[in-house]
Amino acid sequence: MGLLDRISSRRGDHEPAVFQTPAASDPLFSTKALRKFLSCLTSREQPVLIDLGPVVGSNIAYFGEQLGCKIFVTDLFADLDRFAREGRVEGFADYLDKKFTQDSASVDGILCWDFIDYLDKPTAAHLAMHLTRVLRPEGALLGFFGNAAQNGDSHYNKFIVADEGVNLKARAYPALRRRQSVLLNRDIIKLFSGLRVSDSFLLKNNQREILFRKPA
Amino acid sequence: MEKDIVNIGKSVVIKGELNGSEDLTIEGHVEGTIQLRDHVLTIGPNGKIKAQVFAKAVIVLGEVHGNVTASEKVDIRDNGSVEGDIVSPRIAIAEGAHFKGSVDMQRKGAAPQGKPAAAPAPVPQPQAAAQAAAPQRVGV
Repeated sequence: MGLLDRISSRRGDHEPAVFQTPAASDPLFSTKALRKFLSCLTSREQPVLIDLGPVVGSNIAYFGEQLGCKIFVTDLFADLDRFAREGRVEGFADYLDKKFTQDSASVDGILCWDFIDYLDKPTAAHLAMHLTRVLRPEGALLGFFGNAAQNGDSHYNKFIVADEGVNLKARAYPALRRRQSVLLNRDIIKLFSGLRVSDSFLLKNNQREILFRKPA
Repeated sequence: MEKDIVNIGKSVVIKGELNGSEDLTIEGHVEGTIQLRDHVLTIGPNGKIKAQVFAKAVIVLGEVHGNVTASEKVDIRDNGSVEGDIVSPRIAIAEGAHFKGSVDMQRKGAAPQGKPAAAPAPVPQPQAAAQAAAPQRVGV
C-alpha cells in the first residue's frame, strides 16, 4: 500500500484531520527531501518518528493521524535556549545523553530540521552520534543546513508541513542562540559518518536539504 | 436536562486516585491518577496536574505532567501544556500550546496497514511544485 493509498484509507474511516492554517506571512518553500523521507517512513507498519523541533499541531495530525506514526516531540530548540539563558551551553552535550534514552535501532525516522546549525561542532557530533545510534537500519534522517551566516535577529524556525509534504512553511520565532557556523558538505558527511547521503538538494532559499539513510 | 459538570477549585489539592463517572473540570492541583473513562476531563487554566490521566476526552488549558490516555480526543489549547506521552485516536494542539513527549494515535481495532513488498512506495511529485522548487543536486 503506497503513501497516498494509506492517506486516503485513513481519511475514509474517520473524520478528516483539521489542519492549522499557517500564517500567510510564513515563507513557503518547496521540499523534495521531505517527500522522500515520507516514502521511507511509510514502508513500515507503525513508524516511530523523532521530531527535534517544537510541537506543531498540524504536523502531529499529519504524521500521527494520516501516516500512523508514533511521534516523539523533543523540542531540543527549547532546551538549547534554556541552556543559553542559563549560560551553560557547554553542558548541552551531557544533557543529550539523558535525553536520548531510546533503544538502539528503534527509530524509523528523524526530523532533525536545521537544529545542527545552532550547535558547536563537538555538540553537533555528540547529537549526530545519538541520532545515528537510535536510527534503525534503513531508517531515514532529514536535516536542513544553512548556506549563509544568519543576519539580523537570532531566530529558530518552526517547520510546518503543507500540501501533503510538497511544501514547508518556515515560521521564525525568537531565539537566544544564533546559528553557529555554516557547515561544509564534507563536515556534514563526517558528522553523520554512520549514515549515507541518500539525496541532497540545494533550494532556492539557499538551504541544503539532506536525506540520510542508515545502511542495512 | 442540563449536564452536571463537577469543578475542583483553585485552592483544592488532591493527592491519590481520582475516579469519576461524570465530566470534571480541575482548576486546582492533582497528583496521582485520574480516571474518567467515559467522561470529559478539562484541566482549566489554573489547573496543575501531576498524574496519569485516563478519560474519554481531555481538554488541557493548564499544565499536565504525566501520561494522558483518551479513548476519543486530547485537545491542548493555547497556553495549555503537556509533558508526557499521549495515547489517543485524535489530538489537537493549538498554536501557542506546549507539548513534549510522545504521541501515539493508533486506534484500537484499526485494520493493520499493508506493507509494500519491496521498495518504499514512490511519492508522486506534482509537476508544478517540483518546477517551482527548482532544486539542484549538490555534489556531496
